[in-house]
Amino acid sequence: MTLQQPALPATAVATRPARRRDRARLFQEIGMLAPAVALLTIFLAVPFLLSFWTAMTNQPLVPRPTPVRFIGLTNFLRIFKDDLFWTSLWNVSRFTFWILPVQCGLAFASALLLHQKLPLRNFFRGLFFLPAITSMVVVCVIWGTLFQYPTGPFNQVIGFLSGGRIQPIDWLGDPNWAMFSIVLLSAWQAYGFQMIVYLAGLQGIPDELYDAARIDGANAFQRFWHVTMPSLRPTHVFVLVITTIQAFKLYTQVAILTQGGPRSSTETVVHYMVRTGFEEQKLGYASAVSVILFLIVLVIALVQRQLLRRFDV
Amino acid sequence: MASVSMDQVRKQYGAVPVIHDISMNIEDGEFVTLVGPSGCGKSTLLRMLAGLEDISGGEIRIGGRLVNDVAPKERDIAMVFQSYALYPHMTVAENMGFALKLKGQDRATIEKSVREAADILALGPLLDRLPKQLSGGQRQRVAMGRATVRQPQVYLFDEPLSNLDAKLRVTMRAEIKDLHQRLKTTTVYVTHDQIEAMTMADRIVVMRGGKVEQIGKPLELYDRPANTFVANFIGSPAMNLFEGAIVDGRFVTDGGAALPMPEGYQGATAAVYGIRPEHLTIADNGVPATVVVVEPTGSETHVLAKLGPADVNLVLRDRVEFQPGQTVMVAPDPKRIHLFTSQGLRAN
Repeated sequence: MTLQQPALPATAVATRPARRRDRARLFQEIGMLAPAVALLTIFLAVPFLLSFWTAMTNQPLVPRPTPVRFIGLTNFLRIFKDDLFWTSLWNVSRFTFWILPVQCGLAFASALLLHQKLPLRNFFRGLFFLPAITSMVVVCVIWGTLFQYPTGPFNQVIGFLSGGRIQPIDWLGDPNWAMFSIVLLSAWQAYGFQMIVYLAGLQGIPDELYDAARIDGANAFQRFWHVTMPSLRPTHVFVLVITTIQAFKLYTQVAILTQGGPRSSTETVVHYMVRTGFEEQKLGYASAVSVILFLIVLVIALVQRQLLRRFDV
Repeated sequence: MASVSMDQVRKQYGAVPVIHDISMNIEDGEFVTLVGPSGCGKSTLLRMLAGLEDISGGEIRIGGRLVNDVAPKERDIAMVFQSYALYPHMTVAENMGFALKLKGQDRATIEKSVREAADILALGPLLDRLPKQLSGGQRQRVAMGRATVRQPQVYLFDEPLSNLDAKLRVTMRAEIKDLHQRLKTTTVYVTHDQIEAMTMADRIVVMRGGKVEQIGKPLELYDRPANTFVANFIGSPAMNLFEGAIVDGRFVTDGGAALPMPEGYQGATAAVYGIRPEHLTIADNGVPATVVVVEPTGSETHVLAKLGPADVNLVLRDRVEFQPGQTVMVAPDPKRIHLFTSQGLRAN
């Protein structure tokens, strides 16, 4: 009598080692991802979720004998009634409104200039980028000196050029000038990054498009308008959105130069958040401000995503 | 339509010359192909003709008018680029009508011209699409359409089929030739593909190192190459070239094979013997060669063999069943033999 061994299905035989291979690969991938996931979780996700939770409590900065209470949306409701919050939001909106044309315009103009085949082009690219790698604190100290009232270099130059007809300006002490002064120094410090992005965008435009436009009869301005500008649409969107997000996070310049003054004219959302959290020690309240700021930035990022998708040519 | 002439045209970057005193005349309505290996200067010459590159010396005339210092848009030319260079943010119709828009023509005229060009190239259904929504072949046709809309005096094509797959290339080759036959516009076409050059052109200009090696009709170049470079470049598989010397009325290769001389040849300067693969036959009176590889293509059989130390290619009309290592007797057709001097110039 012969015993018939039940034959394994061919596919089962073939897939067993394959499955083992897949599993080994999966473990390998998890192993490689784990450090990054762990670090992001500890330093980003957990604090982020904690801030959401803290925003719904009356948590102080320094623990008190009374227990921390869950207060729901009370902090948010208080914020919406807080004039200083609305002032700070209005101020960053003003700052954003000014910084966008100044910083992005400066970056775009510099990129166009440094894209030309000029002598010492690489040297000038480095030079133009220098402020971007200089610490904001250092920049603030230098510009603080330039802005000095009434005898700082800016005022001296203006006085000299106007023959004394224009009176010295209190750049950082006059509520009408303070935010504008911060716009100027912020744009100067940060435009290098946007310039590099624009340069990359310009270098990505194929030369043949310009050749085709020349043959089609386009002059220099028409080539700029019909080839350069449309080809840079995604770059423009990216730069504008990144600059807007950075603008909404304005803090260092204000903290060093004006501390939100004069008369709250340079108070910003982040500065207000730090002040309420660390000076007034209302951590729950400050967390609620941070949550609102996060939502604003999130909306901007989503708008960017949509626009980029639309301009993806 | 217009004739194109170049007289002693030169181009140099700093002290480095890249185009050396090239002269040629292209007749009105003619289709001329500039062909040569990469870096030979054919695209540079085309760009000089287009006005996209300055010339360092000489004269270029289009329709008899000196255009050395004339801007590209005023040369009345249209160019099709290798990458098509379609404006990515414009629809097909906008791409095609862009030159007319820049000229300030009204919308109705532009639409009419675009529609006419679209009809010629069967682009009607694609007019509202963006370039990214088109296949490679469609983009190519749009690029041709853009050139056609302007009704230029001269078409310039810069390797327009290089980015297409082999099958599409054959189709588009026929379309471009058909378009030229219908419009009869003077055309200068750059390619590195000698098959494209052979199949499309009225005349071919073979270039190497910024110089013209030979100008002639495709079959002239094929049948009577002026030198070993042209002999080797035109034709696929390439012509077999053997170095050697004439000894007792026969050409003895460096490998020792004694080959018959062409009928009526009296000279004694030949140092290179050329024979095209299809002009070799298997015959008892031939010289022995050892088969290395046999490639049946269906319509013919390609055989790579060794004639002494040298490779020899054969293209046989018959279906043969040779085995690698087998010795076959190879005989050149005496009427189709090419002889060249030691400098590589034609000797017979």
